[in-house]
Amino acid sequence: MSDLELNCPLPLQYEQIVMAHGGGGRLMQQLLEGIIQPVFSNPILNQKHDSAVVNINGSKIAFTTDSYVVKPLFFPGGDIGKLAVCGTLNDLAMSGAKPLYLTCSLIIEEGFAITDLKRIVESMQQTAAQAGVLIVTGDTKVVDNGKGDGVFINTAGIGIIADNIDINPGNIRVGDSIILNSDLARHGIAVMLERECLNFEHSIESDCADLSGLVQELLQAGVEIHCMRDLTRGGLASGLIELAGTARQHFEITEISLPVNQDVNSACEILGFDPIYIANEGAFVIFVPEHETEHCLSILRQHPLGQQACRIGHVKSIHARGMLTLQTAMGVSRVLDLLSGEQLPRIC
Amino acid sequence: MKYLAEYRDPATAKKLVSAIASITTQPWNIMEVCGGQTHSIIKYGIDQLLPEAINLIHGPGCPVCVTPLEYIDKALAIAQLPEVIFCSFGDMLRVPGSHHDLLGIKAQGADIRIVYSPMESLSIAQQHPDKQVVFFGVGFETTAPATALLAYQAKQFALKNFSLLVCHVRVPPVMEALLNSPNNQVQGFLGAGHVCSIMGYHEYLPLAAHFKLPIVITGFEPVDILQGIYLCIKQLEEGRFEVENEYRRVVKEQGNLPAQQLMQTVFDIVDRPWRGLGNIAASGLALTAEYNDWNAEQRFSVANITTQEPAECRSGEVLQGIIKPAQCPEFGTRCTPEHPLGATMVSSEGACAAYFRYRRYQHV
Repeated sequence: MSDLELNCPLPLQYEQIVMAHGGGGRLMQQLLEGIIQPVFSNPILNQKHDSAVVNINGSKIAFTTDSYVVKPLFFPGGDIGKLAVCGTLNDLAMSGAKPLYLTCSLIIEEGFAITDLKRIVESMQQTAAQAGVLIVTGDTKVVDNGKGDGVFINTAGIGIIADNIDINPGNIRVGDSIILNSDLARHGIAVMLERECLNFEHSIESDCADLSGLVQELLQAGVEIHCMRDLTRGGLASGLIELAGTARQHFEITEISLPVNQDVNSACEILGFDPIYIANEGAFVIFVPEHETEHCLSILRQHPLGQQACRIGHVKSIHARGMLTLQTAMGVSRVLDLLSGEQLPRIC
Repeated sequence: MKYLAEYRDPATAKKLVSAIASITTQPWNIMEVCGGQTHSIIKYGIDQLLPEAINLIHGPGCPVCVTPLEYIDKALAIAQLPEVIFCSFGDMLRVPGSHHDLLGIKAQGADIRIVYSPMESLSIAQQHPDKQVVFFGVGFETTAPATALLAYQAKQFALKNFSLLVCHVRVPPVMEALLNSPNNQVQGFLGAGHVCSIMGYHEYLPLAAHFKLPIVITGFEPVDILQGIYLCIKQLEEGRFEVENEYRRVVKEQGNLPAQQLMQTVFDIVDRPWRGLGNIAASGLALTAEYNDWNAEQRFSVANITTQEPAECRSGEVLQGIIKPAQCPEFGTRCTPEHPLGATMVSSEGACAAYFRYRRYQHV
């Protein structure tokens, strides 16, 4: 080995979309910041909030949309219909809005079973009714067999924000506590185990849930909230990294404070995944001033979706690019970065 | 989780850190062989807890990183064929070949499936009799027995639509090659625990004796790694050079004999190029002639693909411990996980990727 050939190939630039462009990681960020946002750029979009907040005749309206392409369509703890309603309600809730109306667009593949479609729309209606919102308009398209994946759903929603509420990334302050409402990674792992037919003995259910009721309770209790973010694709780490970048702050979280269900943790160990990068559908972080920490936690813990609520970290300092660090169990601090795309199972 | 929580216990780790500091009197270079250990060291920040005198060199034990470019090109050539369903472990998909990677050709329509267990590819073959199903067998002695079982069963079932592209590698020859290199810096090894669970550690006894250096078979949790470092430093400080087993809850001296027998039945030991390190004698495993009918290189006529690796990236120096990832001028600039110049930037077990993910802001 004395005559070493030091070698490697040339870098690759993707000329087509790859799955990682939708994975909530760095490639998706590059797609949004490089291709999409510059074209549509305007002050409302550029706030990079979960919902756009627009002012119409003196009323503050939150407005958002999301598309749902989950596979399988039915999974432990939910289905694509429940997900399509909860996801949009949660995006509205994160701006402090009370959700009012949703839309429902269905793109259905030729050959899809009517009974399954009926189950899905009934699930949507049931979830919407529980949240006290109406699905008021929609659209239906059918595509050729093989050109879809059963059914894709898009929902958009609007909600109203009370005059005195101002929740957005720009309000995050040094010293704020970062509070998490529940344990991590249940949705991503439940869906993956079902999709890949991995026959673990487990009882993992998706955490898919409507958070808008819980958020309204926090607001009614007068908790001073600076910002909130639901932790969907890319999980806790990606959500916080993105927010740190927008807020230009350094956040630090503590590894031992992060709640992860034991079955979820076992599945992650086997597959080589890090639960802090796995998707949730009922978990969110709340930024509150330090002195509001206990108040916020006490309200959260009274609610079924907040019983495991805990303080996971704080806003450490102003930082030009934004940064997230993790205090490891060993007492060492390390940087958390966006993944390229979705996590790939490791060989061994 | 039993067998995990106790090996991640901060108090035990702290005691070991103090014990290591108390016995270290001079600088030592220790190489952890396995990429899983590198990942754990950087993830938990173990190297930052150690005395400055101890330098951890991140070894060549990342299977994704050392799979030669030639085999990635062969995989790409096969996976692009319309009749093929190509099955691979997840983290091989991002490794760049000469012109593409597997994720890129998947985006163009190639049928590439991530499998969690190699046996899944056999079921895929049974479910798709009209397709040619190919499994990409890479990795060390840890993953090789599963590939061997796959080949064995394919032959037993006389499966016509299934074959394997095999590029497995062996750990002891690369350790020996590193020690024989004139650039060698390694004074002690943390042996790869999982590899030894299959192979045992009798192969290391002559190595430790010949090169007069300690080899401590080590696990993957923070407490395992600190314990391995402690035992290794203790030997170095006392002038001993033995093979010790830190990972006794998993590794036995003779290893897993049925797995070894199966590997002997299915594989020949061959010379193999390692990405970044060049050709290493007797370091590879290939299907024996009896398995020619299930050898994808023969079936798809890709055996003649030979790729000269361009002299661009310095992963060879990283894999030998001559430079740290951040000392490479391309690190974090021209070379990132999205656009890796070399395979050590691809896998989460690769030293460059681990440094990029966890240490980048300390270096840019």
